[in-house]
Amino acid sequence: MRRIITATVLNRSGVLNRLTGLMTKRQFNIESITVGHSDDPSISKITIVVQVEDDRKLEQLLKQLHKQIDVLKVKDLTEMALVARELALIKVMTTPDTRSEIKVIIEPFRASIIDVSLENVTIEVTGDNDKVEAIIELLRPYGIKEISRTGLTAMPRGTQKTVYNLNQFSII
Amino acid sequence: MKASWVAEEEKSKVLKMSGADMLMEGLEKEGVDVLFGYPGGAVLPIYDALYKKNIKHILTRHEQGAIHAAQGFARVTGKPGVVIATSGPGATNLVTGIADAMIDSLPLVIFTGQVATSVIGTDAFQEADIVGITMPITKHNYQVRKVEELPGIIKEAFHVAQTGRPGPVLVDIPKDISTSIGSYKPSNEVDLPGYQPTTMPNLLQVKRLADAIAQAKKPVILAGAGVLFAKAEEEILALAEQHRIPVTNTLLGLGSFPSDHPLFLGMAGMHGTYTANTALHECDLLIGIGARFDDRLTGNLAHFAKKATVAHIDIDPAEIGKNVETLIPIVGCAKHTVAALLRESTTSGDTAEWVYQLAELKNSYPLWYKNEGEVLKPQRLLEIIHEETKGEAIVTTDVGQHQMWTAQYYGFSKPNRWVTSGGLGTMGFGFPAAIGAKIGRPELPVVAITGDGGFQMTLQELSVLQEMKLPVIIVIVNNQSLGMVRQWQEIFYEERYSESLLPVQPDFVKLAAAYGIEAASVTTEEDARSKFAEALDSKAPFLLDCRVASDENVYPMIAPGKGIHQMIGVKP
Repeated sequence: MRRIITATVLNRSGVLNRLTGLMTKRQFNIESITVGHSDDPSISKITIVVQVEDDRKLEQLLKQLHKQIDVLKVKDLTEMALVARELALIKVMTTPDTRSEIKVIIEPFRASIIDVSLENVTIEVTGDNDKVEAIIELLRPYGIKEISRTGLTAMPRGTQKTVYNLNQFSII
Repeated sequence: MKASWVAEEEKSKVLKMSGADMLMEGLEKEGVDVLFGYPGGAVLPIYDALYKKNIKHILTRHEQGAIHAAQGFARVTGKPGVVIATSGPGATNLVTGIADAMIDSLPLVIFTGQVATSVIGTDAFQEADIVGITMPITKHNYQVRKVEELPGIIKEAFHVAQTGRPGPVLVDIPKDISTSIGSYKPSNEVDLPGYQPTTMPNLLQVKRLADAIAQAKKPVILAGAGVLFAKAEEEILALAEQHRIPVTNTLLGLGSFPSDHPLFLGMAGMHGTYTANTALHECDLLIGIGARFDDRLTGNLAHFAKKATVAHIDIDPAEIGKNVETLIPIVGCAKHTVAALLRESTTSGDTAEWVYQLAELKNSYPLWYKNEGEVLKPQRLLEIIHEETKGEAIVTTDVGQHQMWTAQYYGFSKPNRWVTSGGLGTMGFGFPAAIGAKIGRPELPVVAITGDGGFQMTLQELSVLQEMKLPVIIVIVNNQSLGMVRQWQEIFYEERYSESLLPVQPDFVKLAAAYGIEAASVTTEEDARSKFAEALDSKAPFLLDCRVASDENVYPMIAPGKGIHQMIGVKP
């Protein structure tokens, strides 16, 4: 199952290496990982999208991440009401004919063209995975030259509908 | 005017010193009185600073010897073992010992030299990314980037190594950091917001366990090394006696419960006793304390404690539920937790029949071997060593047959006298570990039991033994083979002894003589007794080359992939 986990960590050298290393060592498959510092530059937030087999493996992962000395907090956001976004840059082949067509296609996605040349345009889109996948599929027939995606970053919503799943509480 | 004058004076009070001197100050502040190490280019400034200090340094003949000695020291004293090695090969030679300490939770603080900051990353002479290499095998590691950080890092390193679940911490010090001068501000507090080990148990869970004990008819306590680290032996004994709960040990937990106690079932696991393993298979309540349910203990998990409610007390939350599904998880230090449990649990379950049943099993299916023929049996050798030392010696081993025979036949009754490479299974561990153990507890007899294979991996430390005149008795259980490999090849590979026989060996007695160490060859039971007594009396380094039956196997045994109830080689 796919989980979205955030780790709040001390911004010390090697901390990302520690987390990805332990996930490799314990055979967890990282789908994406994003890092950036929080409002306090000495503290970073890491968002990890990971595939785990079952609840027990998930519990292990959360505990192992938490065990790292530089990790302050670990949270599994998957079951929570959350906002999750990734950004993609998509370079699409264009001809004078297709350029306006592409403009119309990307409009409902609230994507924008951020670079234009004679043969191609670069589109910036932000959204959850599904949205990014959908726009890529729509643009594919025009010929995609290059895609660059950031991976997911996420945050729980200010208001939560339900108390989240009990078994997410670690026994720490 | 006055304010600035005060500030000036404060400023002049700040001590200026080199990184190497700060390290020495830090070690003294931590109460370190012995270092295990080996010098080299990148640690020259550190060794120069050490020259002026009154800290004992044990110069082993290989860095691996230094770290295993530090492990032995840590295991018997409970204090962190401190190691120094140079950059590159010096540091990489420590890797086996670091991994060994990590998996067996031994507190170590390791200082490695590093090339100068200006050339890190240029593949400089003797450069190795030791922080990267040891990241997965240390509890935590550091590279010092500014000389002023050093006192704080040293304080943190010692704190992390010995609190919570102990483990190795490595501090990598570039050469220019050692030499550069900075203002020295001693660090008295650690600020680690991400590291706050839970030592006091959740009382709700303790109550649940107390209830489970009151209900249980077939409870069993599995005591691991966590009991020894927490010094909770008395609490475990009280718990077992109060509720009449039988006790078994993991390999590393041996010594946490008196081996001659009527409630003791012997060691559990692959080469554990039939009684202990049957108890784990049949029990209705399993109380794991400071043990991590390693695969060599559990056998096939599908058959492990399937009828039981599993309660697990551990200071490391990540161990709970890792291998065995746990109904009553208790995160906490074994000592505090079992003490709380003793206060909470006033009602005992009716365990009389269970205790009787297990006592019967213990009686009918003891550990056994055929003591026949002229050739010395390794099991008998271990029994003799037990008798001669009255079970009071510190005993160290490598991994393999001699390790299992020691675990089975030495009979440990006192805590922290058993030094073995359990999790990692490191050949060559036992002898250097014995050197560290002797330095840590000079008042106790120390016996290094090794195999003829393992001894040849770290025998260079005979020099240290002789140099320091340490009365360690080395017992080579010599079966002219890599015994455990040979045993598995016999049983599981149709006797194809691929590369496991060592017919060509040095003359170990002459080898010892070359180092100026007394030695004797042992071939019979009488030999074993008289020579061992002689070695014990000599109060000097002594090596015994014990020629034992080369085809002897360790039994009973759970074959790989089999359940804990499927033992082979049980006494008929």
